[in-house]
Amino acid sequence: MALPATYTRGQRIWHWSLWGIVVAVLLFLVLPVLVIVPLSFSAGSFLTFPLPGLSLQWYQELFSSGPWQLSFRNSLVVAIATTILASILGTLAAMGLNRADFPAKSLVMALLISPMVVPIVIVGVGVYFFYAPLGLTGSLLGLTLAHTVLAVPFVLITVSATLAGFDHNLVRAAASLGAPPLLTFRRVVLPTIAPGVVSGAIFAFVTSFDEVVVALFLTGPGERTLPRQMFVGIRENISPVIAAAATLLILLSVLLMATTEILRRRSARLHGRE
Amino acid sequence: MSAVSATAPPPAVLTSSEIKRRLRRAEWRGRLKAIGLVVPLLLFLLVFFIIPIGRMLWLSVDNSELPGTMPRFAAAIQQWKPEQTPIPDEATLAIFAEELQQAAEARELAGVARRLNTEVPGFRTTIMGTARRLPQAPEGTWAETFVSINSDWAETESWLLMQRAASPLTPYYLLASIDLRMGAEGLTTAPADQAIYRGIFARTFVIAGGVTLFCLLLGYPLAYKLASLPSRIANLLLILVLLPFWTSLLVRTTSWIVLLQQQGPINQFLQGVGLTSDPLQLIYNRFGVYVAMTHILLPFMVLPLYSVMRGINPALTRAATSLGAHPFTAFRRVYLPMTVPGIGAGCLLVFILSIGYYITPALVGGASDQMASWFIAFFTNQTVNWGMASALGSILLISVLLIYWLYIRLVGVERMRLG
Repeated sequence: MALPATYTRGQRIWHWSLWGIVVAVLLFLVLPVLVIVPLSFSAGSFLTFPLPGLSLQWYQELFSSGPWQLSFRNSLVVAIATTILASILGTLAAMGLNRADFPAKSLVMALLISPMVVPIVIVGVGVYFFYAPLGLTGSLLGLTLAHTVLAVPFVLITVSATLAGFDHNLVRAAASLGAPPLLTFRRVVLPTIAPGVVSGAIFAFVTSFDEVVVALFLTGPGERTLPRQMFVGIRENISPVIAAAATLLILLSVLLMATTEILRRRSARLHGRE
Repeated sequence: MSAVSATAPPPAVLTSSEIKRRLRRAEWRGRLKAIGLVVPLLLFLLVFFIIPIGRMLWLSVDNSELPGTMPRFAAAIQQWKPEQTPIPDEATLAIFAEELQQAAEARELAGVARRLNTEVPGFRTTIMGTARRLPQAPEGTWAETFVSINSDWAETESWLLMQRAASPLTPYYLLASIDLRMGAEGLTTAPADQAIYRGIFARTFVIAGGVTLFCLLLGYPLAYKLASLPSRIANLLLILVLLPFWTSLLVRTTSWIVLLQQQGPINQFLQGVGLTSDPLQLIYNRFGVYVAMTHILLPFMVLPLYSVMRGINPALTRAATSLGAHPFTAFRRVYLPMTVPGIGAGCLLVFILSIGYYITPALVGGASDQMASWFIAFFTNQTVNWGMASALGSILLISVLLIYWLYIRLVGVERMRLG
């Protein structure tokens, strides 16, 4: 990258040292995530470099182990149920809140997204005390309901952001052409806000799929989820199986992130924003 | 269409007040519909979020163990005036003996014993032992009988404890959370070996503040550079910021354990280049907590900073330098003030999120690096002291809500965005 010829010596040094800092910070962000990947292919049984050899044994162990399979299945069930519930509740609320004259709009919005900022231990403890007398602890249903609380703000925020650029004349046009409200929603509103809803749903899925604190409070051995299984593994006996599970989770994150980025850019293009 | 226009009154007939009335009604219908869309979520959060947290707040002052198990004794001992008689009168003691035996037979004494034991360690044995050895009729007076079973009952302090446990609400847990005790001499500071909670909250705030500062120091130059790049390159590099944001917290924590351990790559490197002969202790201490938490929370700093910086017109700084300002002065006097909203948003967000951290310090920190959340979980799961867990939780919750309120006032709730 050529610098303007008018740059002084000091400006050049500043320019390159700023780049140095930026590259260092980016490496700090990315390298620790990737360091775990080669370790999952290790032939040894310790999480250290250099690798004694390559093997797929840890993936084999991961896929054949009963507890890991169970925890993966539980996580998937809870995350999918959470995604559906949170997407419906969040999208409806975002559409209601989108009206300019909604009473006490900021206050309601602040309340609805507060699960994002309340320390997760407090949510866990509160829900645990609340569930204990109802017998909802140790059930996937109870965990799903708690995860929905945590996931709903993400749906609300992403759908609200998409709705902010929504032209309400489209709804009026549809209505004036005789479309009943439900048809207008299905054929006009939903296609326009779909990128926001899908992004929100992905956020909701990830929130539930990664959540460990509430799971620690609410689940027993039978309902253990993938993060809980990993947490116990890291605590008690950290082995390359954890690295194999982590690698698969990174792969999943990359896929989901790419999807939301594509959606975000598409929607930004549609709204003529950058 | 013709049928419709035939039945509808021609517009000219409507008076302006009639039009206003209809308009208002239509607006109200729209507003009700909007509220109707929000109500399901509000109800859901009420049941599964607000009521559970409200119940936790309630449990921090709830004292229903003794009044629930021994209602008549609880009422009687509240009438006792310790400044007049050193122990309660015979009538009260007789009720106590009767209800204590009933509770022991019904096996309902465990809750009361646990409640008394949290305040005076060892009192569980006193109350359980007394219940076991209590005769049907007093040997002499009830006062003599109680003292002969356990000399604790000769102490006014023991009966004061019973009196404190007899009121339906207690300030005990909340006071204990800030290292205060309520005894015969009124409010006192807890003995030094038990006075740990102020320290824990101070530590929680110090760690959260430190992580916020490190995130700002690393995030500001990154966001600054990204904002000045052409958007194609900036978007590409932003993906590198988003990747850790999307990666599971446990995966990132595991990575740091691998990196920082004694045989880890960082120690191998330091030893390889001869900077240190023995491996450094980089993990299970405060250093590990700062590194891992800064890494995890950095995207929450970079994203709000970037979105503010992206909106700043670069011509302004150029104008300042062309008017003769040193580039550094131009940055400090023109650019920096315009990024203050981003700094505020990023710092408040990172601070709020880090205050409640539990998993990362639990996995990469040592015993003296655990934050408030760890103790809340400890009291809930390990010692089953729900009152103490709730009191610590209430204090943590109030701190977070205060900062959240500040965030909403300064930044605005609609600025909360993701990516």
